Amino acid sequence: MLLSSWLFVVCAIFLSPLFAGIIHRTKAFFAGRSGVPLLQSYYDLWKLLHKSAVISRTTSAVFWMGPAVSLAALLTSLLLLPFGKTPAIFSFPGSFVVFAYLLAAGRFFVMSAALDTGSSFEGMGASREAQFGIFTEIALFLALTAVALRSGSFSLSDMSTLVTAQEWTGNLAVYGLAGLVLFAVFLTENARIPVDDPNTHLELTMIHEVMVLDHGGPDLGWILAADGLKLWIFGTLVLNAVLPPALAHGGLDFLARLAALAVLAVVTGAVESVMARLRLGRIPHLLTGAVAIAVIAIGLALR
Amino acid sequence: MILLSLLAVPLAGGVAAFVVRSDAWRRRLLACAAILHTALTLAAWRIVPAPVLGEWLVLDRLGLFFLTITSLLFLACAVYGLHYLRTESAGRQEDAEESFLFVNAPEARFTGCLLLFLAAMTLVLATRHLAILWIGIEATTLASAPLIYFHRHHRSLEATWKYLLICSVGIALALLGIFFLALSASVESGASIPLTVDHFVGHAASLNGRWMKAAFLCFLVGYGTKMGLAPMHTWLPDAHSEAPSMVSALLSGALLNCAMVGILRLLPIYDAAGYAAFCQSLLVKFGLFSMLVAAVFIIAQRDFKRMLAYSSVEHMGILALGIGIGGLAKWGAVLHAVNHSLAKAMMFLLAGNILRIYKTKTIAEVKGMLRRAPVTAALWTAGFLAIAGAPPFGIFLSEFIILRGMFQGGHFWAGGAYLLLLSVIFVGMAGAVTSMTQGESCCEGDRVKEPFLSFAPSLVFAVFLLITGLWIPPFLQNAVEQASRIVGVF
Amino acid sequence: MDHFSDLILVALMLSAVALLGTSRIAGCIRISAAQGGLLALLLLCVRGTGSPYFWALAGGIAVLKGIVFPWLLRRAIRETDVQCENIPSVNYLLSLGWAAVSFAVASWISSLLSVPFHQAASPAVAAAVFMIFSGFFLIVARRLALMQVLGFVTLENGVYAFGLALAYDFPFLVELGILLDIFVAVFVMGIMVFRIHRAFDHIDTRQMTNLKDEP
Repeated sequence: MLLSSWLFVVCAIFLSPLFAGIIHRTKAFFAGRSGVPLLQSYYDLWKLLHKSAVISRTTSAVFWMGPAVSLAALLTSLLLLPFGKTPAIFSFPGSFVVFAYLLAAGRFFVMSAALDTGSSFEGMGASREAQFGIFTEIALFLALTAVALRSGSFSLSDMSTLVTAQEWTGNLAVYGLAGLVLFAVFLTENARIPVDDPNTHLELTMIHEVMVLDHGGPDLGWILAADGLKLWIFGTLVLNAVLPPALAHGGLDFLARLAALAVLAVVTGAVESVMARLRLGRIPHLLTGAVAIAVIAIGLALR
Repeated sequence: MILLSLLAVPLAGGVAAFVVRSDAWRRRLLACAAILHTALTLAAWRIVPAPVLGEWLVLDRLGLFFLTITSLLFLACAVYGLHYLRTESAGRQEDAEESFLFVNAPEARFTGCLLLFLAAMTLVLATRHLAILWIGIEATTLASAPLIYFHRHHRSLEATWKYLLICSVGIALALLGIFFLALSASVESGASIPLTVDHFVGHAASLNGRWMKAAFLCFLVGYGTKMGLAPMHTWLPDAHSEAPSMVSALLSGALLNCAMVGILRLLPIYDAAGYAAFCQSLLVKFGLFSMLVAAVFIIAQRDFKRMLAYSSVEHMGILALGIGIGGLAKWGAVLHAVNHSLAKAMMFLLAGNILRIYKTKTIAEVKGMLRRAPVTAALWTAGFLAIAGAPPFGIFLSEFIILRGMFQGGHFWAGGAYLLLLSVIFVGMAGAVTSMTQGESCCEGDRVKEPFLSFAPSLVFAVFLLITGLWIPPFLQNAVEQASRIVGVF
Repeated sequence: MDHFSDLILVALMLSAVALLGTSRIAGCIRISAAQGGLLALLLLCVRGTGSPYFWALAGGIAVLKGIVFPWLLRRAIRETDVQCENIPSVNYLLSLGWAAVSFAVASWISSLLSVPFHQAASPAVAAAVFMIFSGFFLIVARRLALMQVLGFVTLENGVYAFGLALAYDFPFLVELGILLDIFVAVFVMGIMVFRIHRAFDHIDTRQMTNLKDEP
């Protein structure tokens, strides 16, 4: 149903800043504050797009390509992403590989932009991002493979649309484990606690924040938009694995899934509030554990 | 009745030993319980004991055979213990090798655990139900761990820790084997059968092959750990060298046999189901490997108790080899079990004497025993000849029968390896023993007192080995025949 | 009920992975206690909630493995200052890599040993073999004596889970005997850990290497 697929893309573009807002409000609630307004991200975007940027002389073209390519890659990957029973706009066998590599391309350009500034501070962030990116890619691939083995097709869209309710309840373990792994990837890619603290600007804790320190104005605006989209995209991946294909009526299903995304945002905020950030050396352990669990999911999917 | 009292006597004695306050009365309790147990065991040869608790406790000829060995060994160790416990002081002592002070565990704990150990071994031998056998073997591990930790210092603690952990892991594997075996009976039909050997033999045709083979592998590795087969033998040298000598004698002479019985009980099942060849080849491989490992480690051995421990590994390898070859070799292996137990117990008790006289376990520091302790030296040399397989002692005869069985069965390469390893071990031990008995005694050259009780059991065993080396009494022949028939018709 | 028992087996496997990756002692003891609770649930799932005998057995398992063992182990190390195992023989990254590899091997073994009369292909064999491998690994690769005990308990739990899920209906006394054995084993091990601390002033088994042989 092409209409609902385009509707999903439009919702993603316009509603994704809300995701971050919900997370912030949840964390504020846990901390006993009232926090920033829900629509703060929209105000920030508006403000940044109307500002001008100061660009360092040591940078080259790569510097402005970073945010632009990252946002473009994310928008393109939206076209490959299903949403429950709603198929993606483009669907072909192996689309999840293209999906993963689009995200990797975005990451590569952001890292290059960070290195381009010539600051060692940002280089440190880039190196950390690269290191953890390796693990998350493996975990992502393995988790999606597990789901693909069960759904019988290697197209990202089919992985979600071909799963019936009976199939889902029969193999709860596989989908549950895959969802767990994807949630770990979600937390890592979006720089959430326990992997990274998005609020602090201390060298000790930064991975993502440090890479974009030098950007300003519209560039920062694209980065902000990309962050929101990433939250949306990875959240959708988690929900596709974890939520059963439930409601028959298409429109109701769509709305229910949107609500589920909001719930996921609240859950993320809760997780961020109750956990502490892991020591930097322990993050590979978390991710290797996720890889091990993904292997178990694949093993269970094969029987 | 007999069966229940065989179990009840050591059990009650063990519990009572914890409660009795006076040392003298406790030692008398130990001796009485040992004598009573032996009397009951010998009586069971005449009056066949009836099965108890349904099929759970059954004393067949195989169990009775090994129970007699165990009981006689325990009696000898109890007699030795009467003297040993009197001389072990209750206060601080100085360690021989590293000169620190240590204490012993309370004697009540030692005696109590000793009797409970006997009760557990009786349980293992008096059943044909696989789960009860498992419970018994686990109980022997738990009862014997405090015995190894009698001298309270860090070396014995290390030895006890290794023993406890490695044997418990092995026995947990054996539990998995029981589950696999149970599943092999029900995997096709979904029905389940009681876990006794007889039931399995009866249903042998319907057992699933893959599950059975997996089960045997689990059992061999699991009970083989307890039995001392290489490469799972690593706990053996440490435990035997740090435990008091009478405990080492019991561990080597009785406990290893009990673990072997755990494997022997399974063989009729595999025979009836047609997988005898699979089991046999595995047993032969493990047996030869154990002999090889023992030979390698005996050659440059510096500690005489560890040397005896590796000799135990070697003899368990010989037993596994004999059972694996089957036929005449199996008969020889069952006879070998008797001879080895007696010879090993004799050697360990003598080792205890040597330790007390020379206060060291290092071979290089023991010299001139012939001058200082002639009786012990004479028995030590006789024991070495016995255990290394020289005529006219019994072990030579049983090893020869096994060799004949191997050649009869056409296993020429295995026979050659067997002979080679035996000779290597002989040479290795000969060097150690002769250097200990001959030579000038380094320090205080006077003759020491050798109390009768300390060498009496060893003397009795030596005489018995001499007799069986020259002539196998008919009652022994019958007993071996009946026991080996139960193991299977390989 | 079949699905639920599969989920519990998966949860047991996850607990083994968690045990391989956790370095804090208190956390490891808690995971071990959780395994005991899961075993009790597994018993009720597979055998049904009908007869009181199964409830009693499940209660026994839950109390023994979930409450008594952790209490024993915590008492054993109450005098030591150990908070976590900082330098294991094999570092944590490799431990978790081992978890992935050993699960693959366990799956292969379970494909060799099939269980035809079970309707859905149960992960019981894979879960049991995986937990046994994890237990072995903990015993070999960890230096603290307490972690070795937990490795043994995990191994035993794996074997027991297999028995509960697939195998035989033991008579009551035999079940009790098996449980009692395991209890006494852990009890004696707890005592040993306590004494190791007393004798060595730590519970690091890397330093207990006095008895050794060179061929």
